[in-house]
Amino acid sequence: MEKYEEKDLLLGSEPMKLNMGPSHPSTHGTVRVVLQLDGEIVRSSDAQVGFLHRGFEKECESSTWNQVFPYVDRLNYASPLLNEIGYALAVEKLVGVDVTPRCKVLRVILGEMARIADHLVCLAAMSMELGAFTPFLYLVKTRDWIYLVFERVTGQRVMHSFMRIGGMKCDAPDGFKEEVLALLPRIEVTIRDVEALLVKNRIFIDRTVNVGCMTAERALGYGWTGPCLRSTGVDYDVRKAEPYLCYGDVRFDVPVGTNGDNYDRFQVRCEEMRQSMRIIRQAFDMLPPGPVQLDLPDVSFPDKQDVYTSIEGTIRHFMLVMEGGRVPAGEVYSATEAANGELGFYIVSTGGGSPYKMRVRPPCFANIAALSEMIDGGFIADVVPTFGSINMIGGECDR
Amino acid sequence: MSTKVVGAVRKAFPDEVIGDHAERGDHTVIVKPGRLVEIVRFLHDDPETDMSHFCDLTVVDWPGRESRFEVVIHLHSLAAGHRIRVKTSVPAQSPVVPSITAVYRGADWFEREAFDLYGVRFEGHPDLRRILLWEGFEGHPLRKDYPKQQRQCPVPLLEDRPGQPPPFPERP
Repeated sequence: MEKYEEKDLLLGSEPMKLNMGPSHPSTHGTVRVVLQLDGEIVRSSDAQVGFLHRGFEKECESSTWNQVFPYVDRLNYASPLLNEIGYALAVEKLVGVDVTPRCKVLRVILGEMARIADHLVCLAAMSMELGAFTPFLYLVKTRDWIYLVFERVTGQRVMHSFMRIGGMKCDAPDGFKEEVLALLPRIEVTIRDVEALLVKNRIFIDRTVNVGCMTAERALGYGWTGPCLRSTGVDYDVRKAEPYLCYGDVRFDVPVGTNGDNYDRFQVRCEEMRQSMRIIRQAFDMLPPGPVQLDLPDVSFPDKQDVYTSIEGTIRHFMLVMEGGRVPAGEVYSATEAANGELGFYIVSTGGGSPYKMRVRPPCFANIAALSEMIDGGFIADVVPTFGSINMIGGECDR
Repeated sequence: MSTKVVGAVRKAFPDEVIGDHAERGDHTVIVKPGRLVEIVRFLHDDPETDMSHFCDLTVVDWPGRESRFEVVIHLHSLAAGHRIRVKTSVPAQSPVVPSITAVYRGADWFEREAFDLYGVRFEGHPDLRRILLWEGFEGHPLRKDYPKQQRQCPVPLLEDRPGQPPPFPERP
């Protein structure tokens, strides 16, 4: 038989341009990736965002301080409570107040549950994109249990608008603690099941290990934060580095990866959910009694009882709705750890009823900027899982 | 902590720093735009400041001021844990700021966004084009003089197309 060199057997291929998105089933959210392909290999790529741009900042500049809450819900719609907490903390820093101890602990509990819900969605999408449909169903079902708790506390499954400047709308209902503590073991079972299905799965390992790699140095240059940055081995977590609320009083670990590949990002998120549960359990132990809302005549709404029975309350409510309250002039940058990383709010106030400038530093905007670098040179089939592991949320990225 | 950083910048660039403040604990240094890249590179490289982490870049529009556009950069040091805000202003006639992408790769998209929404040009940016809005969008929507209600559609509206009946004909 005639002998052939390996290179003679390769089929020649012309470079091909392929447009993925913006409405592609795998690009949850809307994003477009223009790929230059050589056979199955991605030679170069250009990620294009902005298809979900709603003019968040412009809208906020003509809204009152309290009207911004529903908008921030729609930034990262997988964990709206964390955005609300971030915004509330930023305005509170601007006003110069500290919320009540009970409110702090409740914010931590609700925020950590939102973080778990967010990570559940991310892992679900990521595993489904690798063909693992069972974990997807397990994880989304588990997220719905969390949504049921949120519904009981806030009255809404997804878009809560529950936080207020100086506190939150109301206290948690009776039986909240028991319900959450009963839910945590069920979430643990789900995570254990999903890990059992995937972590040592040959297909999963082949498709994720050393795919979409990122080094710590480059990740920092890109401004990465959150689970993506931690997967590269940098233990930066705003909750640890600059503790806010009561994160300084609870004990938790910051899981880090080593390679910065898709597998590490998966593992980091799994472990973070466990740490979140650890935080929730400790927070319940230190939950003090007391009010959850500060009385700030300039920015916070009066009690409904006051509004309907006293003229002062009616006027205060009217002024807050019509003029938007008074927040001292100045500028502030406040960073919190959202599910995807450092969620920063840079707010400029001129003392009026609405923000002069409302800048959101979206964590996944910085993360997704590195997508091209992560997928170039890899297979086209790895584009979608890599994209999923970054967990880009269109609402937050495009604002 | 970051008073040290502000001091270091003042010491290294005495002619460039216009002012500084620490309102609500956020240390801020206001500089002239000319040598912005050198200042940022100093903040990044100097072992004392060690701003390895790029946080944010945005613009604030002050139409009444002589220097209308204020570029605001937030930097962060992972090792030392301190943050600094660098601000510089440029006039409306020539809104050009040197690009810091050579120091922080991550500034790339943030500068594109600032260009897109405010029309501030970043000199030396490798690929300065719109990012959130489409090519062909007129104006820069986050400028204070851009009306909020202004409509621009990338696709012509049905009623604007010649020869098209109105989408919902009125009942006789």
